[in-house]
Amino acid sequence: MSVQEILLIAGMVAVTFGARFVPLALAERLRMPRIVEAALRFVPVAVLTAITVPAVLMPHGTLQVQVGNPYLFGSLAAIGVAWLTKRLLPTIASGMAVFLFWKLVVIA
Amino acid sequence: MENPSRAAHPRLREITAGLKDTIPLLLGAAPFGTVFGAVAVGSGLSPAAVMGLSVFVFAGSSQFVAAGLVAQGVSFPMIILTTFVVNLRHALYATSLGPFLKKLPRRWLFPLAFWLTDETYAVTIRHYQQDPDNPHRTWYQLASSVSMYLNWQLWTAVGLFAGTKLAGLSEWGLDFAMAVTFIGIVVPLVRSLPMVLCAVVAGAAAVLLKSLPSNLGLLAAALAGMAAGTIAAALRRPAAGAAPPAGQEGPV
Repeated sequence: MSVQEILLIAGMVAVTFGARFVPLALAERLRMPRIVEAALRFVPVAVLTAITVPAVLMPHGTLQVQVGNPYLFGSLAAIGVAWLTKRLLPTIASGMAVFLFWKLVVIA
Repeated sequence: MENPSRAAHPRLREITAGLKDTIPLLLGAAPFGTVFGAVAVGSGLSPAAVMGLSVFVFAGSSQFVAAGLVAQGVSFPMIILTTFVVNLRHALYATSLGPFLKKLPRRWLFPLAFWLTDETYAVTIRHYQQDPDNPHRTWYQLASSVSMYLNWQLWTAVGLFAGTKLAGLSEWGLDFAMAVTFIGIVVPLVRSLPMVLCAVVAGAAAVLLKSLPSNLGLLAAALAGMAAGTIAAALRRPAAGAAPPAGQEGPV
């Protein structure tokens, strides 16, 4: 490993660990403004949705809202099961099952 | 239903629950880590540096971005700046988890922060919200963190050694495991109009802004969703300003 590479990794560690640590460490000292506290309740839904929707609708980089997209139909099944059961494992199992069925049987 | 032997080991129960909930995400990370290991050696980084990224940075998408930029000959300060932007969403996670970890000794914060990923955040915030008074709940996060970390090292190494031959792992559908797990976590949280609005805005914006560089689209979409939800929640409250303190409403 070259000195350059060590510096690159060190820099990446600094900014990544900083983003992860500083807000955690400040949590006990800072009294958040009420608006920020209210907004933070939306973090899980906002970030996880922003990660998942493009992964499902654009699995190969372009928008694919069509029958040939197994990610879409696996997700629809998972959303339905999650809505009804509110349980993680049945949601994952049914989503994966429909995804694989769609990929290997329906559009194969 | 309470099993006395399990009740006697509350830490073990938390660790087991954390591992169990993380399993699908471990599977989902496997092809991701393998492809990273394989692609990153091809970018011109030494094998030690590729492994070093996984061991010390431990942030998948930024590792991919860094390898891509190295291959394009982008300067290292620029790569570090890009890494910061790509990983800024972790600051949102840390801010969101902060209130749950307030009473924790400081020595806990270092490992929990270092190991904070999308996956561990997703299962942990759900667990903390469901069981906010459990004094042993940090073991849940620790178990999820450590398993994600060891898993990531393993698959990076596999990718390094096996090269691009294993890139076809995504054909098995493992790349869908993360999406479907996140669906299982998010959908039950979406129980109010502001939450629906937050999800719709965040999802639509993420698709529209997908082409922005360095995950900026993801960050902007998440902030837009949070803003939409917060505004909707504020408008639904009595205009007299009789809003209850934020903490008393639960996660809804």
